[in-house]
Amino acid sequence: MKVLVPVKRVIDANIKVRVKSDQSGVELNNVKMAMNPFCEIAVEEAIRLKEAGAAEEIVLVTAGIRQSQETLRSGLAMGADRGILIETDEALEPLAVAKLLKAVVEREEPGLVLLGKQAIDGDNNQTGQMLAGLLNWSIGSFVSKLETGDGSISVVREVDGGLEKVRLKSPAIVTVDLRLNEPRYASLPNIMKAKKKPIDMFTPEDLGVGVAPRVTVLKVVEPPARDAGVKVSSAAELVEKLRQEAKVI
Amino acid sequence: MDETTTILTLGEDYPDIRRAVGRICEDFQGAYWREMDAASAYPLAFVEALTKSGWLAALIPEAYGGAGLPLRAAAVILETIHASGGSAAACHAQMYTMGTVLRHGSEAQKQKYLPAIASGELRLQAFGVTEPASGTDTANLRTRAVRDGNHYIVNGQKVWTSRALYSDLMLLLARTTPREEVTKPTDGLSVFLIDLRELKDNGVEIRPIDTMINHNTTEVFFSDAKIPAASLVGEEGKGFRYILDGMNAERTLIASESIGDARFFLERASSYACERKIFGGPIGRNQGIQFPLARAHAETEAAELMARKAAALFDDGQPCGPEANMAKLLCAEAAWHAGEACMQTFGGFAFAREYDIERKWREARLYLTAPISTNLVLAYIGQHVLGLPKSY
Repeated sequence: MKVLVPVKRVIDANIKVRVKSDQSGVELNNVKMAMNPFCEIAVEEAIRLKEAGAAEEIVLVTAGIRQSQETLRSGLAMGADRGILIETDEALEPLAVAKLLKAVVEREEPGLVLLGKQAIDGDNNQTGQMLAGLLNWSIGSFVSKLETGDGSISVVREVDGGLEKVRLKSPAIVTVDLRLNEPRYASLPNIMKAKKKPIDMFTPEDLGVGVAPRVTVLKVVEPPARDAGVKVSSAAELVEKLRQEAKVI
Repeated sequence: MDETTTILTLGEDYPDIRRAVGRICEDFQGAYWREMDAASAYPLAFVEALTKSGWLAALIPEAYGGAGLPLRAAAVILETIHASGGSAAACHAQMYTMGTVLRHGSEAQKQKYLPAIASGELRLQAFGVTEPASGTDTANLRTRAVRDGNHYIVNGQKVWTSRALYSDLMLLLARTTPREEVTKPTDGLSVFLIDLRELKDNGVEIRPIDTMINHNTTEVFFSDAKIPAASLVGEEGKGFRYILDGMNAERTLIASESIGDARFFLERASSYACERKIFGGPIGRNQGIQFPLARAHAETEAAELMARKAAALFDDGQPCGPEANMAKLLCAEAAWHAGEACMQTFGGFAFAREYDIERKWREARLYLTAPISTNLVLAYIGQHVLGLPKSY
């Protein structure tokens, strides 16, 4: 089975995000970028499938600016086999990404597409579901456990109030949640090997996909600053404040 | 450009290494280092993470199981660790102590030890040179190794031997020919690669020294320690020369740790100076806060250029004694000045352990003293670069 893992370049999770002064978006200049942590979990799971003999090849794909190659290299250094960059300077929306991925799926014909459940930048949580819709494939989202079987993939989904076990017919889309695994560190020997692994380059035009934005961002602002907390001296005072000031009881 | 020109790269070199090492450091944040510091504990989990991912084998040639990377790459690894707020002092010597064996050891020694050092199965990160009575006056060391058939019998004492309790092997410099019998004081010293696992409590005793930083340093006592003659590295009596070329690598790498420290201090101080508001505005707008940071940044950038120059010369096989020494001097001072500016910026909070500033400040101070003190670097530059009379 071939596994396709779409990955996204995002602002590093440890960086404090700042809004641009013109409120058109967040500041990306000279900001440390990294692979989206959920994508990292998807790459790790693909590598574990390969190590267990359930997958033969792991192909990474990303769409975005040329520097997104670094994100592919990070995944190749973890153990993926080759990468695909769909190069564009356009700000991509989930539907555009899903359409690009559909085109890649049709070329690569993977048995499984493993994605992060969402990216930590836009928190959209849409691409995997849209891709499943476009392909008319089965999907297991928010997955915290995954087992491959003959012609099917069994997953455990983290849903509100508990866990849901689902068996998916292959080929399938799986979006992964935080608790699926702990991604490995890229080792120095694998980083050296990753330099020699191929990255194929395409443009959206090559794939016949239009990626022009359909949504207009009016304004991006910082969340409002939180007011300082207050200390109460007794439970009675707390109840009083909840009733009179917060008006929640 | 002629063939003696060495190329120096600028900018963020080895981005993939910075990314991958930075990723490991993310899992070992301030709380981890504070816990190790408070308990004077060896940061085993961190060292294991680095070892398992092959980082400590960066300089070992591929033929012996390492990555065969240039010294500059190793410098980037160490800088990244220090810039993250951590410390590589617990394991950096695993990277370079093997250099003496690599350059001067026999093929049999290399085959026997280097692949195991590369995999981390064997730790070679202790270097017994300094002694209580001789300090940096290495030629005057008193530890004796006397040939006895197929063995040497070692007697003497070493001090400030870092990580000896966390090292399987040790590189030992001892006198094999009495000083009175050699023409040059630096002759008659020999290097041995000894197996501490066999010698502990069997001729070798290691006692930890409690210090101001968590550095796992020790004193090592040799009493009739019996080591196989095959432990000798290279030729008997030429040990001093063998360790000298390793020192240029060590100094260049330590310089990069200082650069990492400086980057840590400046990053923390700059963001704190923008956030901390008092007297109606961020403290960073006050020149008393801002200018020391700006100056330390300028100093760090300049010092880093010297560290890169030393590494470039080393990697090109050119002599680099002056550059390695100057890099160590300038980078350690830049880190110290950045640390001082950072302490002052954080005010009282600098002393609160949870900010990690005081710990890094204590750790950064070490490199003005070790592995060679500032005065000895100046003496080297005075004598060997400027041709002034020998002072030490």
